[in-house]
Amino acid sequence: MAYQFDFAAVLQHSDLLLQGAAFTLGLTAIGTLLGVGLGIVGAILRAWRIRPFARIFGVYVELIRNTPFIVQLFFIFFGLPSLGVRLSEWEAAILAMVINLGAYSTEIIRAGIQAIPHGQLEAASALAMSRFETFRHVVLRPALGKVWPALSSQIIIVMLGSAVCSQISTEELSFAANFIQSRNFRAFETYLLTTALYLIMAIGIRQLLAWVGRRFIMGAR
Amino acid sequence: MMDFTLWDILRNLLIGLQWTLLLSLVAFVCGGIAGLLVLLARLSPLSAPRILARGYIELFQGTPLLMQLFLVFFGIALLGIDVSPWLAAACALTLFTSAFLAEIWRGCVESITRGQWEAAESLAMSRLETLRHVVLPQALRIAVAPTVGFSVQVVKGTAVTSIIGFTELTKTGSMLANATFEPFMVYGFVALGYFLLCYPLSLAAYRLERRLNVTA
Repeated sequence: MAYQFDFAAVLQHSDLLLQGAAFTLGLTAIGTLLGVGLGIVGAILRAWRIRPFARIFGVYVELIRNTPFIVQLFFIFFGLPSLGVRLSEWEAAILAMVINLGAYSTEIIRAGIQAIPHGQLEAASALAMSRFETFRHVVLRPALGKVWPALSSQIIIVMLGSAVCSQISTEELSFAANFIQSRNFRAFETYLLTTALYLIMAIGIRQLLAWVGRRFIMGAR
Repeated sequence: MMDFTLWDILRNLLIGLQWTLLLSLVAFVCGGIAGLLVLLARLSPLSAPRILARGYIELFQGTPLLMQLFLVFFGIALLGIDVSPWLAAACALTLFTSAFLAEIWRGCVESITRGQWEAAESLAMSRLETLRHVVLPQALRIAVAPTVGFSVQVVKGTAVTSIIGFTELTKTGSMLANATFEPFMVYGFVALGYFLLCYPLSLAAYRLERRLNVTA
């Protein structure tokens, strides 16, 4: 007996899917802003070898990059309450994304900062730029410009990785998919449409980040 | 209600770790073979295989591994085959790995300069001969470090298979955390297990990258 596909059974819940997608995008936006912010701090500490923070961030980066995101998430959501830190599923999801992206972006941005020729810093001090001005215009923006493609890919990886947040009942897109397929028993169709939504979101975010890069970051050299 | 000693917890986690390791190996080897085929399609002079390979890579790099797992799990079931979590996990991770490896290797092949292709052509070598004798041996050297680096992603990727019920390290950890009410300790050990598998691979990738850059 051939299987009869029934996408209508999924599409009648399209409002749930779109709401889930919006939550995924919201999670990603907050996670990206805070995570890249953390990465910038970590990159400076690591690139300029500011002790003891450079060491601490080094250990943090290796710990996070060599363990799965889902284990980090479970550790934060299920493990931390033993220490008296009780987080809601949204807080846990965002914290896990920030910690995860923070580690990767520390390494990515550090590579950019270390690729800035020393002469640039000397030129900035010859122009009597303050430390903050030098940092902002001579170090950070060119560094971000150099590594923007790598950083963009990592942000998309974090967005896709957030699908496992449904496991701690964060109500994002994959949670919506689980909910819908438990109602209509059309698992394959539900996950196919959800996967398509993720693909569209990934392509959209890539375009958006490419535009942001061209408009605000790459041009500042 | 039974009590778990520390040794019980560690012993069970070690059993889970073995399954993580086995699944990683299967995914990496099968994904490598499949990735080579995708790579050949991607480098094909014909446009149809090229476009197909590009779409394949785009699909697996642009969607969550969790969704790929669910689609394989429920997709194979639609064909009327009784699907075990082990089979679904191995298939999905193989597909995932092949797409990423094909893309990594394409970058390596394309880093071989045009002049090499032209030189081979002027020696009247066919496209396949050029690939086999000129391009691939050089690309292979460049590919070693990023390939080892990607193996870390494969090991970490296996953790997601716990969601479809494959009892590897993460799933074992979840069950132990529920049974012992010691999630902090259990997930700490689980994380340590992944770290012990992944960190040597990361170090190896880093060392290989530095060594090959110096001599290249």
